[in-house]
Amino acid sequence: MKILVCVSKTPETTAKIAFKNNDSEFSEDGVQYIMNPYDEWYALVRALELVEEQGGEVVLAHVGPATNDSIIRKGLAVGAHRAVRIDADPSSSEFVANQIANHAQGENYDMIICGKETIDYNGAVVGGFIGAQLGVPYFSFVSELTSTAGTHTVTRDIEGGVEVSEVSGNIVLSAAKGLAEQRIPKMKDIMMSKRKQIEVISPADFHTTAKVVKYELPSAKGGVKMIDAENMDELVRMLHEEAKVI
Amino acid sequence: MSVLVYIETSNSKIRKVSYELAYYGVQAGKTLDMGCVGIVVGDCEDLDKLTSCGLSKVVKIASNSNGDNGTIADAIAEVAKNHSASLLVFGHSSIGKSLMPRVAFQLNAGSVTGINSLPSIDSGQFQVSKGVFSGKAIATYEISTPIKVVTLMGNSLKPSLVDESELVIEEAAVSIADGSVTIKETKKEEGTVPLPEAELVVSAGRGMKGPENWGIIEELATVLGATTACSRPVADIGWRPHHEHVGQTGVAIRPNLYIAAGISGAIQHLAGVNNSKTIVVINKDPEAPFFKAADYGICADLFDVVPRLTESLKKFKAS
Ligand SMILES: Cc1cc2nc3c(=O)[nH]c(=O)nc-3n(C[C@H](O)[C@H](O)[C@H](O)COP(=O)(O)OP(=O)(O)OC[C@H]3O[C@@H](n4cnc5c(N)ncnc54)[C@H](O)[C@@H]3O)c2cc1C
Repeated sequence: MKILVCVSKTPETTAKIAFKNNDSEFSEDGVQYIMNPYDEWYALVRALELVEEQGGEVVLAHVGPATNDSIIRKGLAVGAHRAVRIDADPSSSEFVANQIANHAQGENYDMIICGKETIDYNGAVVGGFIGAQLGVPYFSFVSELTSTAGTHTVTRDIEGGVEVSEVSGNIVLSAAKGLAEQRIPKMKDIMMSKRKQIEVISPADFHTTAKVVKYELPSAKGGVKMIDAENMDELVRMLHEEAKVI
Repeated sequence: MSVLVYIETSNSKIRKVSYELAYYGVQAGKTLDMGCVGIVVGDCEDLDKLTSCGLSKVVKIASNSNGDNGTIADAIAEVAKNHSASLLVFGHSSIGKSLMPRVAFQLNAGSVTGINSLPSIDSGQFQVSKGVFSGKAIATYEISTPIKVVTLMGNSLKPSLVDESELVIEEAAVSIADGSVTIKETKKEEGTVPLPEAELVVSAGRGMKGPENWGIIEELATVLGATTACSRPVADIGWRPHHEHVGQTGVAIRPNLYIAAGISGAIQHLAGVNNSKTIVVINKDPEAPFFKAADYGICADLFDVVPRLTESLKKFKAS
């Protein structure tokens, strides 16, 4: 099996979210970066498990500049065999998807796995766009996946439950919680990962059609009203009369 | 030119999110000066209820039991072309996320997912906003293509109902081709509102001490008609099912009421829930960070407070 895992770089979860240039750009000052958790914890680990079972290789795909190589090295330390970096600024979901799909076109990956969404722009569409461009079925929010002789059983999260499907041939999917368990690389893996190959390819021309023009922070809460634990009738009254939510 | 909204159904009935979608489409149509048309796949018994959102026309695509999300998306793209759609609206739901990318791709449309506002064209450009950084910020996007596609976050706007008018249902001239995916089984928990759509949520964390103590949370949720949620560690250690995990790496929600018991309010938890309209925090630690994000706080032992709150609610419901 040849599996492509798409990995993204996101601010660390406790990073301070601030903006610059008249609130038109995310401020990277002091921000630490990590691999997007859904990519690292679920997409990559399930790909590794499938290849451990059936043989083959796991290739990482990342769209970003050379400074992002540390994110890719993390994936190689967790166990991916090699990586492809498309050397471009990941300006939008559709741009990223287009670059990865262009690369995948000639490679005949059995499976392409993304995280269900990134924790910065929360798009949840890269996998869908890749599937659309390659003309192969796409499954969102997959929480269980088995694969035998080219036939896949895919369980995906839907509102209030799950949907189980069967499909043969190449597929694209996005990984959700439940698909696998996070793996922590050992020192030896981290050393080995330094010798693994990151192939750098040039981006194809693509015009992005949706962009952020302004950021703002949510308006602050008015302050908490403390309520006496003995007086839950009062809380209920406030929820009804003041907050009007019950 | 028209706005097209994808109407979600379940067991031949419209889903709650479809009211929000229909209302959104009609209101967006007013801003963009064009009509709104619903699009539905397969039979639906109660489509005419959508007239209360101002919707007056629905195009129906006949279902094909051998179709899949790919071929359904292709049929929707055809209908969009036939109706010269300039804006397509899907729910930010499992079906919306499945259909939308392929539809947008086929129409060469620019797109933004998970939006929470009506479009604005005041600047001469089409702009919509959405929560980013898992709810820690809001971004305004501009889409520059002639055709635009968006997915709407649940509970983003409350439809104000209008006088019912007549609903015209038109059979689409397109059909759904056979696909390659077979759905084997759908397992659903009946009776509860799914978390992303819930207006009332009762959530609990590690302060519960163990899974055997969840009875008081479930009872509170039942009395309130709320859906249950939990913090990440609680789902990770298997006290609660994965789908209840809310936060930055779980489900992002925006209910009207979020009650959190025994949850400290770590930044990753807050990220997924701070768009809730009203937040009630029950925690015995006065320093718990969650109080800073709360509207109402009770600083006490949850094992004492939660049953009391349930009793007060029972009284309120009975009165
Ligand atoms: C990359 C990353 C992603 C993460 N994503 C998420 C996420 O999506 N969602 C999420 O929830 N977390 C997430 N976390 C974890 C997060 O940092 C916190 O560890 C977690 O939210 C804490 O869960 P908790 O509040 O249930 O437990 P704790 O932090 O242990 O808090 C328990 C609280 O219960 C209170 N308590 C105890 N007993 C009682 C009692 N009898 N009565 C009243 N109060 C009581 C305590 O005072 C305490 O405040 C993430 C962490 C990382 C590193």
